[in-house]
Amino acid sequence: MRALCWVAAGELAVREVPDPELRNERDVIVRVRRSATGGGDLPLLAGRHPLLRPGDVLGAEFLGEVVEAGPGVRRHRAGDRVVVGASVACGGCWYCRQGLHSCCDNAHADLPSADPDWVRSDAGCFGRPRAAGGFAGGHAEYVRVPYADVSAFRVPDAVDDVRAVFAADVAPTGWLAAELGAVRQGDVVAIWGAGAVGQVTARAAVLRGAARVLVVDRHEERLRMAERHSDAEPLDYRRTDVAAELRDRSGGRGPDVCVVAVGTPPARSRADRFGGQHADRPDALREAVHACRKSGVVVVLGGTDGFVDAFPLGALTERRLTLRGAGRPDLRDVPMLLDRMARGELRTEHLATHRLPLAQGPEGYALFRDRADGCVRAVFTP
Amino acid sequence: MVPMGRLARAGPALGGAALAGAARLLRVPRRGARPGADGDAAAPARWEVVTVDRPAEQVLPEGRWPEPLRRLDGAVEVRVRPAPGDRGTELAARPLAGVTPPTGLAAHLVGDDPGLLVRRTLRQIKQRAEAGEVLRADRSALDRPEVHG
Ligand SMILES: [Zn+2]
Ligand SMILES: [Zn+2]
Repeated sequence: MRALCWVAAGELAVREVPDPELRNERDVIVRVRRSATGGGDLPLLAGRHPLLRPGDVLGAEFLGEVVEAGPGVRRHRAGDRVVVGASVACGGCWYCRQGLHSCCDNAHADLPSADPDWVRSDAGCFGRPRAAGGFAGGHAEYVRVPYADVSAFRVPDAVDDVRAVFAADVAPTGWLAAELGAVRQGDVVAIWGAGAVGQVTARAAVLRGAARVLVVDRHEERLRMAERHSDAEPLDYRRTDVAAELRDRSGGRGPDVCVVAVGTPPARSRADRFGGQHADRPDALREAVHACRKSGVVVVLGGTDGFVDAFPLGALTERRLTLRGAGRPDLRDVPMLLDRMARGELRTEHLATHRLPLAQGPEGYALFRDRADGCVRAVFTP
Repeated sequence: MVPMGRLARAGPALGGAALAGAARLLRVPRRGARPGADGDAAAPARWEVVTVDRPAEQVLPEGRWPEPLRRLDGAVEVRVRPAPGDRGTELAARPLAGVTPPTGLAAHLVGDDPGLLVRRTLRQIKQRAEAGEVLRADRSALDRPEVHG
């Protein structure tokens, strides 16, 4: 089959690779209909993952049709149109039973690297290196999906592919951010980053009853999208004093919930690559911590693979803030999000700014990485 | 719940005699060893432990070692206790000190990380109990070199 493979730092190619096969009784094979680029792919694209090998297939967010199911699969059969949640999860461990699928204990294939010590693990992730516990990704004609009864969800007929593909990762991650922030009726919510996840976070906050939702970014077109599709108030940090605006628009209290959804910017230099410091991110995080109201919640999304120093710990303790983090979504919200998509409460198709054949995967990633031509997400059709 | 003292010895239907036959002091190099080994060849290895979100009766049906552990018969000791907070069972194992592992296992139970095989075995037991199967990695390009690339 054809798949979008990593070749070298900054270089992707569509190549012929072996078809996936059923490896476990609870697996299905999905024929991919759509797959989307994601921020978590950018460190890989840049070659920042030590276990990435040429030929590894990228793609964490995809939707397709079941073509083959293992004997242990109950809920799916050939022909089902399914979206596959971005966290592979067993459904039977303690974490899964709490609904914390992104923490699943059994998402790690039996690899020699399995180790209880803290090591970088991509267990439970599609489009992540096999050597790190990951699974081949969705930018391909076919994908193997483990634990399919838990990870794959039937898509209602009313939801088209381009809207539904974002129920895999973007939508549940944005929803999770609002939930981790415990956004309530009447809250003021500030979100750093008007990318796909930031926009869905804004929408989720509105749906949960937030009185005001403010989105901070510097990309004009993203801010306009957040305004139009999520009812958020845009703040362009190049033109406004963000801290002062946030105070202003929250009656001097500060936002009740601050979400940092700036993603992982591409490496800019060798120092950046080795130091793991991303210029945007600590600024946004510091700003969020300083802006948040006393005893408010700061939610940090996305994977930075390094360390962030100069963290304003004093502000955290002094003002009794709660800091919460999430890298990947849980699966429990996916059916609810698909329902909201079917009812038109949650629209995501505008995030697919660039719709391309998989053959143009490398170009799609270049646009996405550089945020060129207003690209929010590139969506591929194999 | 199964008393841990009894279980530590009970698992294998392996008498002292069978063990004694194979027993001799095993010199395990412990360079870069895990905490607890203290670079002392005679010190017992660290316990490796997982929490299995199932009651002990299910983790060790009829008090017997589950299949993957049986392969380590005579080479490891096992400890079982209920996990606090209704989180199932804590299952621990470690290589037996001063015992030569049966042929075929020896290579896995020595070296820089003698706990590796024990950890993998415990993980398999946990996955079988919780997920019903042991998750396999995707097929590697190395499995079918002729179609690589
Ligand atoms: Zn699980
Ligand atoms: Zn007071």
